[in-house]
Amino acid sequence: MYKIICVLVMILVTYLPRAIPIVFIKKEIKNEFFKSFLFYVPYAVLASLTFPAIFYFSSNIYLGIIGTVTALILAFFNQKLYVVALVSVVVVFGFSFIFF
Amino acid sequence: MNFTYGLKRGLPIGIGYLAVSFAFGVLAVNGLSPLMATIISLTNLTSSGQYAGVLLIFECASYFEIGLTVLLINLRYSLMSISLSQKINTNIPKWKRLIMGFGITDEVYGVAISEDKKVEASYFFGLMLLPIIGWTLGTAIGAFGANFIPDRLLIALNIALYAMFIALIIPPAKKSKEIALVVGIAIILSCIFYYVPYIKEIGLGFKTIISTIIASIIGALVFPIKETEETIKEEAQNV
Repeated sequence: MYKIICVLVMILVTYLPRAIPIVFIKKEIKNEFFKSFLFYVPYAVLASLTFPAIFYFSSNIYLGIIGTVTALILAFFNQKLYVVALVSVVVVFGFSFIFF
Repeated sequence: MNFTYGLKRGLPIGIGYLAVSFAFGVLAVNGLSPLMATIISLTNLTSSGQYAGVLLIFECASYFEIGLTVLLINLRYSLMSISLSQKINTNIPKWKRLIMGFGITDEVYGVAISEDKKVEASYFFGLMLLPIIGWTLGTAIGAFGANFIPDRLLIALNIALYAMFIALIIPPAKKSKEIALVVGIAIILSCIFYYVPYIKEIGLGFKTIISTIIASIIGALVFPIKETEETIKEEAQNV
């Protein structure tokens, strides 16, 4: 039951921010502070979700560091989302034979 | 700008989604049923938001934590939705807009906003269809197939989501020192919440919310952005 309610909550807070503006707002938001805040939020959320949690994605921290460095390098060279994800998985998979 | 043209434009997005959502499906069955994982993808249609939501469900976070964290992640869609409201044909009725709102993702938005003409509802419906199918199907394959995947690979797949987050953060942070600053502050705060005794007892959702709000407020105060929408447009096209 807990999980079902969680999913319903997720549906709501995902759909509403998408739908409300396109349905109701005709004019552009003018408040500069609010616009800037909204602009920075996704980067801040993703950054705090990723670090330092990524180092501990498996039980082995070295594997975490290897995976992090791989993803950082690929992202630095502007590789596509799924390329960064897939190559990081492959590299971590390869190195896991050394650690486990 | 009809339905078929939209489908064509949406095909590459749908294919890209297959791979990323596969990893989501595999991760989600660590604590959810395969069917539930698939339903989440079909109804949420977003990467970071639903990933974060599922991570919080694993932590048994409160409804409030989950709601607020996922809402914060999804706030960027409001910006895209506002910008699309200027781009679409003004005659489009409300009920169609309600459906269009559902299909707004970073990539769908990026393609729609880059069209030369006013966006019609039928075009947008075509555009969003294959991404929805790709996202849902990829999740289903990952979720129902997870049992047949060796443990070693399952562990490796857990890095996929964080790698994706990094891929979303680094390119814009490279281009803009403002974003880099906000990202840096968020990481420092998040590490404080992770390592410092007593503080680290706070739930993951609240840690994320507090880090995010402080970092974004500092960003908005120190570097207010004037051309927010232009920057977002440009960035969405690069994904």
